[in-house]
Amino acid sequence: MKKMEVSTDVNRTHRSLKTAKELNVKPVFLESGFEVNPVYTADDIAGSDIENEIPGEYPFTRGIHPSMYRNKPFTIRQYAGFATPEETNQRFHFLINNGQSGLNVAFDLPTQCGLDSDDPRAFGEVGRVGMSIDTLEDFEIAFRNIDLNKITVSLTINGTAIIIIAMYIAMAEKAGYDISILRGTAQNDILKEFIGRGTWIFPVEKSVKLVVDTIEYCAAHAPKYSPVSVCGYHIRESGANPVQEMAYAFCIAKAYTDGVLERGISIDDFASRLSFNFDIYGNLFEQIAKFRGGRRLWAKIIKEEYGAKNNNSCWLRMIAGGGGGGLTKEQPMNNIVRSAYYALISALSGTQTMALCSYDEAYTIPTEYSAEISLRTMQIMIHEMGICDTVDPLGGSYYVEALTDKFEDEIKKEMKTVEKWDGIINAIANGKIQESVSKQAYTREIGIQTGKIPKVGVNIYTKKEEAKEVEFHPYNAKTAETQLEKLRSIKAKRSTEKVKTCLDHVKQDALDDKNLMPSIIAAVKEYCTVGEIVTAMKEVYGEFKEPIFF
Amino acid sequence: MKILLSKPGLDGHDVGVKVLAHGLKDAGFQVVYTGLRKTIEEIVDIAIADKVDAICMSILSGTHLILAKKMKDVMDERELSIPWLVGGNIPSKDIVELERIGAARAFATGSHVEDIVHYFNSIKKPHEKNGSLNRCE
Repeated sequence: MKKMEVSTDVNRTHRSLKTAKELNVKPVFLESGFEVNPVYTADDIAGSDIENEIPGEYPFTRGIHPSMYRNKPFTIRQYAGFATPEETNQRFHFLINNGQSGLNVAFDLPTQCGLDSDDPRAFGEVGRVGMSIDTLEDFEIAFRNIDLNKITVSLTINGTAIIIIAMYIAMAEKAGYDISILRGTAQNDILKEFIGRGTWIFPVEKSVKLVVDTIEYCAAHAPKYSPVSVCGYHIRESGANPVQEMAYAFCIAKAYTDGVLERGISIDDFASRLSFNFDIYGNLFEQIAKFRGGRRLWAKIIKEEYGAKNNNSCWLRMIAGGGGGGLTKEQPMNNIVRSAYYALISALSGTQTMALCSYDEAYTIPTEYSAEISLRTMQIMIHEMGICDTVDPLGGSYYVEALTDKFEDEIKKEMKTVEKWDGIINAIANGKIQESVSKQAYTREIGIQTGKIPKVGVNIYTKKEEAKEVEFHPYNAKTAETQLEKLRSIKAKRSTEKVKTCLDHVKQDALDDKNLMPSIIAAVKEYCTVGEIVTAMKEVYGEFKEPIFF
Repeated sequence: MKILLSKPGLDGHDVGVKVLAHGLKDAGFQVVYTGLRKTIEEIVDIAIADKVDAICMSILSGTHLILAKKMKDVMDERELSIPWLVGGNIPSKDIVELERIGAARAFATGSHVEDIVHYFNSIKKPHEKNGSLNRCE
């Protein structure tokens, strides 16, 4: 009987052979919550636009450029942290001499939380996880004899981003650079800090206002600077599934966009400077579809909802890297293999920039050796695997295309849920997002601990091995003392009167709800400290009260 | 039994502490969570105000020894004798050191929720179900 149907109705027959139930196999659900079929066929993509989609053309499902990696492979950018501005300066010179052109700068926790090195709450933390910044002098030391037109600097900073960006601009202006051509990026995504990572300072709404200030200022004065990188990455690492990672990141990017538009700036004047930072671990096809579907949806949002005219406003530009969440302390060499898969996923998804965690990062400070393996993993893929030869090699795959469509729909649906929660700003302020994400993290952790979610070396194929010793960035009391001495000396040298006037100005602008960039740039030029500026702002804005849901 | 979960210092990594909060609640414990960036004094104040039976500190930045010493001092100062525990990125050599300083237990990352629940069940006394204070020795 079935054979008869095959010859008369091809589509129906495909459908009748597809589901897990029909094929009598166990059902499979992706982490994002929906089922995948054992087989996909042409009728799964029958209604899709895929036939007409071309790389480099709207809606950019297949990639934002026509030839992608054929011209130039994705950028490799590894993360690095150095304790002092002096060490950072040495590192910059080393990199430039070796032909590199970019570096991520990490900051210590006091700088990230808006505390000066001499604040009692900073004790034991100065210079521990990154560079310590108190005043503009630290920036001037870090960038001494560096040609800012030759090196692009990525600042991993959020809570105090407006001050750190102001310092970067102030430093460039003082050194005589034309800031209208100044390049570089800042992470500056405060909304994700409330969900994961935790370096928030001010209440949610005021925090968003400060991000909008930086975008508005850069659009007018430093149009080549990328002031925001919206991070799905940390949201996923906090427990969100792949659909939520994209949905929440898009809601966040829209919140910043809405704020900028309210200031009377046109979408095409800043949208192309927004970029994204996403996470990769888990099911290979799910991640690839997440990026392809997400890229299409973001293009549609920018064009259809916001009315952008320029193609590059619609680009989902991204750094997509292997997430720490997938790596294990157990049998750590397996992480080299995992990272190679993550790199493959990232390349097959058309990323602009790639970064991989080192295999030993789950328990220690990556060594030069492990960092080199990460670098070689990406280089082997570029030079030996033919990954750069052809754009979007999975385009047209029944499964990948069907899943891409599904992701576009599911991300849209999840964004609607956030709207029902009164929008992303409220959903974060009242802890709704944090609660749902943390419940999922719990479910996942219990899944791994009970063996329901298989993890090689952790709950299957385990073996007795020596426990890995955990190591930290060493805390150097001398480094901290040097930083404190520098702070004391600059405080003695600067004009107390000018400092007071500048801080009053910042405060007044905050009261008048003006863009704070100009007054903060003026303040940092007089060597006001990060802590002093944050304190002035707190007096007007207050502080975020963390919603507790236990 | 009521357990205070806390995040001392500037470290914002709270996935683990929240996972534990869910786990303890599922196992029938009452949980109070301080939120991020609390000083040891603030944590102890909350412990006293909420009449908790134990204090857990989640520390992933490597500052556990400094913070544990501070906790010991503040507990002594306030003459509080409830058990306090440390969890997070802790090298095995420091687990012994933390217990020497005065921590009742230290659980490194990778510890199973089940094991921590088991620990709290083991120190639970029958009459404590009603939240009576002064419980540790």
